Amino acid sequence: MTDTELRVSKIQDGTVIDHIPGGTALHVLAVLGIDGSGGEEVSIGMNVPSDRLGRKDIVKVEDRELSADEVDVLSLIAPQASINIIRGYEVSEKSRVSRPTEVVGVLSCPNVNCITTGDEPVDSVFDVLDDGVRCRYCDTIVRDDVASLIEST
Amino acid sequence: MRHDHLIGAKQLSRADIESVLDRAAEFDADPTAFADAHPDALLALCFFEPSTRTKMSFETAIKRLGGDTVDMGTVESSSVKKGESLADTMRVVEGYADGIVLRHPSEGAARLAAEFVDVPVVNAGDGAGQHPSQTLLDLYTIRENAGLDDLTVGVMGDLKYGRTVHSLAGALTNFDARMHFISPESLRLPRNVRFDLHESGAVVKEHTDLDAVLEELDVLYVTRIQRERFPDESEYRAVAGEYRIDAETLADARDDLTVMHPLPRVDEIAPDIDDTDHARYFEQAHSGVPVRMALLDSML
Ligand SMILES: [Zn+2]
Repeated sequence: MTDTELRVSKIQDGTVIDHIPGGTALHVLAVLGIDGSGGEEVSIGMNVPSDRLGRKDIVKVEDRELSADEVDVLSLIAPQASINIIRGYEVSEKSRVSRPTEVVGVLSCPNVNCITTGDEPVDSVFDVLDDGVRCRYCDTIVRDDVASLIEST
Repeated sequence: MRHDHLIGAKQLSRADIESVLDRAAEFDADPTAFADAHPDALLALCFFEPSTRTKMSFETAIKRLGGDTVDMGTVESSSVKKGESLADTMRVVEGYADGIVLRHPSEGAARLAAEFVDVPVVNAGDGAGQHPSQTLLDLYTIRENAGLDDLTVGVMGDLKYGRTVHSLAGALTNFDARMHFISPESLRLPRNVRFDLHESGAVVKEHTDLDAVLEELDVLYVTRIQRERFPDESEYRAVAGEYRIDAETLADARDDLTVMHPLPRVDEIAPDIDDTDHARYFEQAHSGVPVRMALLDSML
């Protein structure tokens, strides 16, 4: 058993997110709205050596399975991530994230003059570009630091 | 043209544009001959920002078509001031009218409005976003004066916040047009407009100096650089002064250069150009009525 496996394998039920770009695990937790206040058991490995990424982060969350929407958003900040759903200490599902065509209600528009930033009864909608996201209402394109747009939960 | 709403120029195809302009030419020839076209149509004018020209020309257009307007009035006198959402306002107004013309200070307002109502929504300006009905009349003027094929257009001034510029640039990608954008570095085209131009394969160049391209231009479209875009008065004056034109500036231009401006102008086009054959901005403003007649005729 390697060092890495030791760090991530001992989880009874929940989710292990592997192959997160090194240093961005906290963004991933932010995407998932996990800040520890809900009492979940969360383990984070940061800047672990990786053949594929050089350095990678790993997140494991007990008693929490990711929804398809959450996986979609994850793909924007951790396109190479792999997701392992664990049930009874076994990997029950294993998947790679895939890039969605749109992201609804997760990101907030950085344009302070965008109609969605006011008090309107709509979710934000971003179309996903090859290298960024674009607000469907005001057309603002964000390329860098998409993670910073994640709405606080 | 058959669209439920007119939100931005990107939705307009060449065929859409040409059908509106062709119809506009019919209205232009005799604006008083169509009073039975839409005799019962009521158009709601919802202007959350001040407007003179755009509002008046929509009002004139619907009345020329035999219809009438219901006017929200100014924001100060309306329930919006009390904090009502745009979505709610639009859903109420939908019950009053057959179509809504919306101007709003926030980008994306018209798109949001269109999601909440079934009557057609025309975006008459959403913040620094789009102003597509202006673009249709701009294209009408360009077609009348320079033609829409094999065209070289210069667009100068505040390209970052200028919604007429964003819509015009988007619409011109439908035509064989070379586009030159002339502005101070701080007011260049926003990323999303550049992205769409690039995606469309349009021939686009950006400049900080009009002299670099003036001689090539068939059309020069000038917009106002506003004081509030700059941190202080002196910087504003220094920059804005660079993007003013007068008759002398145009000495090197082609004789048939068409100079346009969405109006109102302040001093970015000197009055001595008004008397030259280049000046087409008043003609441009006048075409607002027939073009908006054609637009409403296609939507109502
Ligand atoms: Zn936006």
